[in-house]
Amino acid sequence: MTVQIRSSIRFLLNHRQVELSAVSAVQTLLDFLRLDRNLRGTKEGCAEGDCGACTVLVGRLLDGRLKYESVNACIRFVGSLDGCHIVTVDSLAVPGGPLHPVQQAMVDTHASQCGFCTPGFVMSLYGLWMENPKPSVAEIEKALQGNLCRCTGYAAILRAAEAVSVIGDLDRDPLVAERAKIVEKLEALKDGKRVEIGEGSERFLLPASVDDLAEIYEAEPKARIVAGSTDVGLWVTKFMRDIAPVVHLSHLDELRRIAVDEAGITFGAGVSYTESFPLIAKHFPQLIELWNRIGGQQVRNMGTIGGNIANGSPIGDTPPALIALGASVVLRKGKISRSVPLESFFIEYGKQDRQPGEFVEAVRIPFLNENALYAVYKITKRLDEDISAVCGAFRLTFDENGEISDAVIAYGGMAGTPKRADNAEAALIGADWTEATVEAAMAALGKDYTPLTDWRASADYRLLVAQNLLRRFYLETQGDEPVRLDRKQAV
Amino acid sequence: MNVMQPINRIRGGVHENERHESGHKHVTGTAEYIDDIPEPAGTLHAYLGLSQRAHAQILSIDFDAVKSAPGVIGVLTADDIPGENDVSPAHKHDDPVFATGKVEFHGQPIFAVIAETRDAARRAAAKVKIEYQDLPHVTDVLEAAAANYPLVIDPLKLERGDIAAGFAKAKNILEGEMRIGGQDHFYLEGQISFAIPGEDDEITLYSSTQHPSETQHMVGQVLGVASNAVTINVRRMGGAFGGKETQANLFAAVAALAAKKYRCAVKIRPDRDDDMSATGKRHDFHVGYKVGYDDDGRIEAVDATFSARCGFSADLSGPVTDRALFHADNCYFYPHVRLRSRPLKTNTVSNTAFRGFGGPQGMVGGERMIEDVAYALGKDPLEIRKLNFYGGEGRNLTPYHQTVEDNIIGRIIEELETSCDYAARREAVLAFNRKSSIIKRGIALTPVKFGISFTKTEYNQAGALVHVYADGSIHLNHGGTEMGQGLYTKVAQVVADEFQVDLDRIKVTATTTGKVPNTSATAASSGSDLNGMAAANAAQQIKARLVTFAAERWNVSEADVAFEPNTVRVGAERIAFSEFIKIAYGSRIQLSAAGFYKTPKIHWNRAEGRGRPFFYYAYGASCSEVSVDTLTGEYQVDRVDVLHDAGKSLNPILDIGQVEGAFVQGMGWLTTEELWWDGKGRLRTHAPSTYKIPLASDRPRIFNVKLAEWSVNREETIRRSKAVGEPPFMLPISVLEAISMAAASVAEYRISPRIDAPATPERVLLGIERMRRAARNG
Repeated sequence: MTVQIRSSIRFLLNHRQVELSAVSAVQTLLDFLRLDRNLRGTKEGCAEGDCGACTVLVGRLLDGRLKYESVNACIRFVGSLDGCHIVTVDSLAVPGGPLHPVQQAMVDTHASQCGFCTPGFVMSLYGLWMENPKPSVAEIEKALQGNLCRCTGYAAILRAAEAVSVIGDLDRDPLVAERAKIVEKLEALKDGKRVEIGEGSERFLLPASVDDLAEIYEAEPKARIVAGSTDVGLWVTKFMRDIAPVVHLSHLDELRRIAVDEAGITFGAGVSYTESFPLIAKHFPQLIELWNRIGGQQVRNMGTIGGNIANGSPIGDTPPALIALGASVVLRKGKISRSVPLESFFIEYGKQDRQPGEFVEAVRIPFLNENALYAVYKITKRLDEDISAVCGAFRLTFDENGEISDAVIAYGGMAGTPKRADNAEAALIGADWTEATVEAAMAALGKDYTPLTDWRASADYRLLVAQNLLRRFYLETQGDEPVRLDRKQAV
Repeated sequence: MNVMQPINRIRGGVHENERHESGHKHVTGTAEYIDDIPEPAGTLHAYLGLSQRAHAQILSIDFDAVKSAPGVIGVLTADDIPGENDVSPAHKHDDPVFATGKVEFHGQPIFAVIAETRDAARRAAAKVKIEYQDLPHVTDVLEAAAANYPLVIDPLKLERGDIAAGFAKAKNILEGEMRIGGQDHFYLEGQISFAIPGEDDEITLYSSTQHPSETQHMVGQVLGVASNAVTINVRRMGGAFGGKETQANLFAAVAALAAKKYRCAVKIRPDRDDDMSATGKRHDFHVGYKVGYDDDGRIEAVDATFSARCGFSADLSGPVTDRALFHADNCYFYPHVRLRSRPLKTNTVSNTAFRGFGGPQGMVGGERMIEDVAYALGKDPLEIRKLNFYGGEGRNLTPYHQTVEDNIIGRIIEELETSCDYAARREAVLAFNRKSSIIKRGIALTPVKFGISFTKTEYNQAGALVHVYADGSIHLNHGGTEMGQGLYTKVAQVVADEFQVDLDRIKVTATTTGKVPNTSATAASSGSDLNGMAAANAAQQIKARLVTFAAERWNVSEADVAFEPNTVRVGAERIAFSEFIKIAYGSRIQLSAAGFYKTPKIHWNRAEGRGRPFFYYAYGASCSEVSVDTLTGEYQVDRVDVLHDAGKSLNPILDIGQVEGAFVQGMGWLTTEELWWDGKGRLRTHAPSTYKIPLASDRPRIFNVKLAEWSVNREETIRRSKAVGEPPFMLPISVLEAISMAAASVAEYRISPRIDAPATPERVLLGIERMRRAARNG
């Protein structure tokens, strides 16, 4: 295969096209904006993608459609932005001119106090407005899960979000009105070439295609594949780790495709949580809450299901849920692909069933049997944008007599990997779905897991709540009495 | 002379809902924070090297790898300090800039790397090789007491009545204890300082500090130069909450040291994780209490000890633990009382000011006692509260012998109880809980009384500088700092009101020690009380000169000269303000004044535990209703109603913002914000990924916040307003207590659940389990 190579990246930054050939693999978008471009409206609050002060919009093309999404500039590598349009707060209003409707709404409702988080809120609300001009309160809260404000208590910011559409006309927004022109400019940046920039600790590559990715990675198995950088970004900003050579895949349209067939859904490894959400919600409504509680909006826009699996974390959000569904991962090395059940992909803490040069290409989720019961519960200190203390996923199938014919239970946060509860499953299989059965299975969980105590939860709480989640699962299949909090929409 | 018609009123005067003066800059990203200031060519960057041990002797430090790292200019240690290696605000000489010989907490600064870029400095700092010899360490407050750790400062005792006789008389006595967690400020803008060296010994700094004068003094002390050589500027902070009252000083000192040594501009900004590891927080407390009360729940005697995790040095722990005692009574009269503080040393970062300044911990302790009494008697805690409110003959004296003269809690509670329909909703909650086996609800209505003034009397002074330029524009500068609370807006409103000119005629300029000297920290909720008065005083001086001038010039009596909206009336004629100023300038009238204010009436004798530390009190109350999942301990705040007293508010919409913000911040403190140290004495919740402050989705599902519009400060404060920064922080005690009630429901409300703070889902579930066990055991 002959691949042409380009040694620069090109993107739109606000109203200008930028071409960079001297850029490091670990250069973050935030530092680039603030230090190289002197665009200092975007702030650094945490440098780990949790506070949202650095929120900017990134417009990405997929199959001719351009969508702007909020992202955390602090953990986004500049190298990943080839062919994108980056929109920062600095560009929303012309100095001395009228404020953008989102900005005006924030001023009118007294939604800023110290003002440091404000540019990030403006950008998150702008991203929301473009996708959903009249959002519900719940939708606003979802869009703001990745934005921390320490001053206002959020009430005024919610009032601002609701006022945007009253103040502004979305059709007159520049990114909407000039969409076709921007798409044209971005399309013109696509040349199908591989990008290779830098040497040593600065080196990174943008494969021209998935085949090219396979070839590069097989040749350089020590390279670091980066999809959403919601985890790897922190290796750089927090641990100052050397991650080069970096191979990005977020620009590869082929990996962002989703295929639905009669038996299930296959998500390309580059599909973000946000992109996967509509189909997840349609086919697995039991996963809606979990999906909505993965990171904040910015993280869901960047992070991928493939990345969540490939990084092997014991507290990743999706693995327990997907293990319980019987999902599998498609691994590829060179030209060869193989599929492994997700549960056996995780071998032990820090170790996965992945050969050198092999990468996660896709994730396959089979549909549920009609008579299956399935639920996933995530337990955290704070409701949103928090990492699981415990995440429990349960799937039961029943035979014609109503006995449990199959039980799959997987927990995150209970062991060094997302792990199935063999003893509890055994206690369920072949039994009737009764309180006594459930209590036996709850007791068996004590044999399945020896959780750790850390800052997220104590071992005692983890085991107790893991057991109680199984009880919740049972209770939810019985009667009408609410057995979990009714997450009310705020008024 | 032009004759003009009077205009009804100015735009942006006092008591108006004026926008934050920087709002349009916040939303466009043009509000300049220190890291946004364009750096002069050659600016260097400093990064701190922090201790990796909680308590250890430093045997050796090897900087070779640091110094040879790319971009490194040099390393600063205590040896590079020409003045004193100390930034102790308590003047105890226990707060080194750089540790020497020994480290006393994990995260203590030992050195700083100076490099061409921040990234280079940070990467180089990580390359140091330090040989430690570990010493035994203690992070927990009770362990510190058990290990006979010293107190970091003299404790306080407040005593009134006869404690022994009070308990002897009491029909019932209960004892209990509670742990109350600390809190990280989580200001969105971290600590930062930017120093530019000047001629001779001069230096100018931009520092994100709430206390420019102290930062100035500390920089001078560390550099060994007088205060007149040091200028501190701060236009705004991206949040502070007490975390930049003393904690900014070390960063300023390091930037200044490096700037002087290398004769370059130097900036220092720690990463968030280092910021949270190396800077102080709200004090964690342990409260041990004993309460004597009668069968109705009337308190007879209280004896309580408030032990605080102060960290390795005194910092502000003295006044913080004092203020805990000052608020342990909250709104309640204790006939016989003894309150003691124990400011304990620990091998943790030195804890510091945080909104409420110990008051919240004291108040949480006091409210826990009320709650215990209520559960012991099987009554609604609100009933016990009302029974014990200050008021009535001989029931107005606080434990510190100040008489409560401005008590309005009765009316606040009555109005809130009615407006939120407390009684019916409590019945509905009880009914719901009888039917619902897994989800339980709770409701609580709690009061707040918060004392206003610095308890250090000398801090209750302020200065301002007002210039009226010949074109009629007004320049306002004062000693207060803007951290988002809207102080600049409010003080400008005061000046607009004094001159009777539209607000946009006034420009508030960055706080600087060069314009107003010897200022106090913008803290203790005092910003507008003090600086508003000082600015009014400056305006009044100028006005007095103008009145005298006009009376002479136009030959009218002084009483016939009046400042009316955007005009000055002289006799029957009205002159546009700018025209009038032009004439005054032409007549060589001094159009600039330095204003001053000191709070009257206050005095405090700490040794005797007596005095009037507070000029007045601010009041408020809130009612919170929650749902709790008894299988997991998860909860949701369903509804909150607040009625808060801001006196005659200078700016009601900004005050509402303070109340809403304080409520959610206080709720975070009592629910999800948990500081967690591991066995090695490392704080492991040191970033937003691990330390969880409230999000938009955490705010109460229904959130009704109102100011008590009828309230007027009975003391002569600025336009009869009241301080609003801290008092509403304690309103969410009702959230904690509502969660408590939901937990109590599993044991038929017979036992006080005594859930410690923060009430994380884990603590709530474990509390519920305790209740269940207790219920089973009868």
